[in-house]
Amino acid sequence: MAKTREEKLYVASQWRLMWWKFLDHRLAVVSLFSLCVLYTVALTCEFISPHAPNQRDASRSFAPPQRIRWIHEGRLQRPFVYPQIQSFDEETGKIGYTENIHHRLSLRLFPRGDAYRMWGVFPMERHLFGLGPQDRIMILGGDRLGRDLFSRIVTGSRISLSIGLMGVTISLLLGTLIGGISGYVGGWVDTLIQRLIEILMSFPTIPLWLALAAAMPPHWSQIRVYFCMTLILASIQWTGLARVVRGKILSLREEDYALAARVAGVKEFRILTRHLIPGFMSHLIVTATIAIPGMILAETSLSFLRLGLRPPTISWGVLLQDSMNLSAINLYPWLLWPGAFVITTVLLFNFLGDGLRDAADPYHH
Amino acid sequence: MIPTLFVISVISFCIIQLPPGDYLTSYIANLQETGETADEAVVESLRARYGLDKPWSVQYWIWICGVLRGDFGQSFSMNRPVKDLIWERLGLTAAISFCTILFTWCVAIPIGIYSATHQYKASDYLFTFLGFIGMATPSFMIALVLMNLAQNQWGWNVGGLFSESYMDAPWTWDKARDLLQHIWVPVVVLGIGGTAGMIRTVRANLLDQLEMPYVVTARASGLSERRLLLKYPVRVAINPVISTVGWLLPGLVSGSIIVAMVLSLPTTGPLLLKALMEQDMYLAGSFVLLLSTLTVIGTLLSDILLAWVDPRIRFERRSD
Repeated sequence: MAKTREEKLYVASQWRLMWWKFLDHRLAVVSLFSLCVLYTVALTCEFISPHAPNQRDASRSFAPPQRIRWIHEGRLQRPFVYPQIQSFDEETGKIGYTENIHHRLSLRLFPRGDAYRMWGVFPMERHLFGLGPQDRIMILGGDRLGRDLFSRIVTGSRISLSIGLMGVTISLLLGTLIGGISGYVGGWVDTLIQRLIEILMSFPTIPLWLALAAAMPPHWSQIRVYFCMTLILASIQWTGLARVVRGKILSLREEDYALAARVAGVKEFRILTRHLIPGFMSHLIVTATIAIPGMILAETSLSFLRLGLRPPTISWGVLLQDSMNLSAINLYPWLLWPGAFVITTVLLFNFLGDGLRDAADPYHH
Repeated sequence: MIPTLFVISVISFCIIQLPPGDYLTSYIANLQETGETADEAVVESLRARYGLDKPWSVQYWIWICGVLRGDFGQSFSMNRPVKDLIWERLGLTAAISFCTILFTWCVAIPIGIYSATHQYKASDYLFTFLGFIGMATPSFMIALVLMNLAQNQWGWNVGGLFSESYMDAPWTWDKARDLLQHIWVPVVVLGIGGTAGMIRTVRANLLDQLEMPYVVTARASGLSERRLLLKYPVRVAINPVISTVGWLLPGLVSGSIIVAMVLSLPTTGPLLLKALMEQDMYLAGSFVLLLSTLTVIGTLLSDILLAWVDPRIRFERRSD
């Protein structure tokens, strides 16, 4: 016998209620889906990018984005691009590009291209799309050294997108642990931790990040700088989470169900892990999600100032370093494309955070 | 507050000391890059003069004793007292911060009120969307795009705070007018992020207030819609705006470093960045200490201001 909607509501678990409420928030669902797509791209970036991100080509220096076309000489064709021809203007001394509209380069799915190792392990040479091994497609244009900007953005997404998640995970762990100890143990430990958090919070964020980032020696390896960056970003974020955890533990341990568990003879530690922490987990996840965009923006800004990640590491902030001078953006506006990706990602996270915040409180209408 | 400030001063000093080596090692490296060699004896005498040969704790003690007497020490790289360096850039930084806050309030409060009273209308969605975009865009990108537009589309010269001819000129009316022509770019760029956030806060708070029974009562007793709105709910809704005053003070000094770098503004931000990169110990340390102190004082000030504006907070305190 099919249950009515009413009945389902009464027997549903808390997480199920949240999920239903989240599904009502259409923008947040779309954002979650788009973010999943973005993260999939970041995970398989070697395959998605049509070229190796560091492959130089002097004949395509600052090449403008190539348009993908459908119509050749008035007839509908499978998608193709016209090849770009470099020309040198003797009078102005500038390099320009023209399209050879008599020659067609068809877009292919899964062509052979630059060889790479998927996740650094499996040797492969197929890419998602491209023109074949001889020709190079640049749908978002090229940079000064003639490297394909789209491939570089896709490769950079792996670092830019993961740094936010990593940072939030670290601050979530730190926050839960330290906030948990503070709220659970209480007494002078609690006072000490709270004073410490107050002091950390009174440090102005950006100068502190700058100071810590400037303290990283230039000879460090890429991996080491990357991990230090996540630690630096997490170093401030955890304080807010720790406060949330402590406050929640203090209020939840007075609830009837905690008392009931205590009367029934459950050990204190088990009450904490089995009854109290799940009680505010949803709240914690929301707070963490809202913190991610700030971290992505911070990474971008620090790398842009040449204080964070440095070339040859590829991240969106590092790519934006090329657009630092004004004449470059005026002549080659496509260098701002990495910025568009940053904005989109941050927007999606903000929408998702809004939806999650509403969903985290499923009993409130 | 005093112990907090003490711990802050120790931590700032430690952060400054974090990078391996000191100012002199980077100074020697710079000399070697240009082909010169540093005389061992000169380096040693410099090290002794700056007290760099002593352990951290002693260096900290010398520095903090000076700070208490109002002497922040010498900047190594510019060979001038730290106090003068910070002081001469503080005026313009203060002007920019003040204008930015003013801009944020003047734009965000009316739009927030409008959005809340026209909830779910097309204009409300438009402002909400713009607000989200404003929050998601890194400020240096807004700066780059705006400067590019101003320079290449409208033909204005907007970098920095003054035109070249007025750079070192004494203050005159013309120089002040020149400043006004340049100052709007950093003010708009710095204001956009904060404005976007504040519109959302004001809108959400006002919507909460508009549902309250007292609003219905006031409306039922025949108060005009405009007076009703401005007299009660708006007053409550803009409370969080007051706390932005707390950011004003630290903002004076940090001067939004990233934007200042892109726009090449003569504010304190780039100076702090330079000090950090060159390990100019006393300059950087004094900056971080000053910033943290101002954050603490700013928070205190906004609390006091909030209590002054909002009678409910005053009563709550009294009943405790």
